[in-house]
Amino acid sequence: MIAEFGFLVAAAVLVGYVFVSMGRLMAGPTTPDRAVALDTINTLVVATMVLLGTAFGQVVLVDVAIVYALLSFIATLYIARYLEGGLR
Amino acid sequence: MKVFLYLLLAIGAIFNGLGAFALIRFPDVYTRIHGATKCTTFGSIFSILAVVIYGFVKGGGEGGTLAIHALLALFFLLITNPTGSHALARGAHRAGVRPVGAVVDRLEEKE
Repeated sequence: MIAEFGFLVAAAVLVGYVFVSMGRLMAGPTTPDRAVALDTINTLVVATMVLLGTAFGQVVLVDVAIVYALLSFIATLYIARYLEGGLR
Repeated sequence: MKVFLYLLLAIGAIFNGLGAFALIRFPDVYTRIHGATKCTTFGSIFSILAVVIYGFVKGGGEGGTLAIHALLALFFLLITNPTGSHALARGAHRAGVRPVGAVVDRLEEKE
């Protein structure tokens, strides 16, 4: 079963969506807009890492994706607490 | 079997794209949280499910390890993504960002 090329194409498409989300990260009018864009980029990067680990046959990249998911969750919670404390 | 994997990957890519374009097109922080988080979570379920099925079908030590670890990544993603966006929405509301065009705001009345 040679399906690795399909995984590679799907990962390339998701990287394109990361660049689309970066538009909101740069142009967001308020700070929560940028935080939401960062959260979306983190989710897309986790999915891309799992797909790339499958495409190249490296299971280590999937482990990196697990750690990345947990660390990005902690970063999102930290930004949310910072916003709650009052920004202006 | 390969067609089924490609179908799962296509569904995942389409829903992730809907999430990214919701982030660009929606007018408000809260609608952006809604669209982006829901669509990327749903699309990532299908993308990682394709990896899990590929690993289980491939079998052996490497395929089994790949499937279990991808399933673990999907589990953590499903727990952390809605929680993070919920905290982000609450933080945005407390920071003073109001919904565009909202007629009533019960959370503000309660606080």
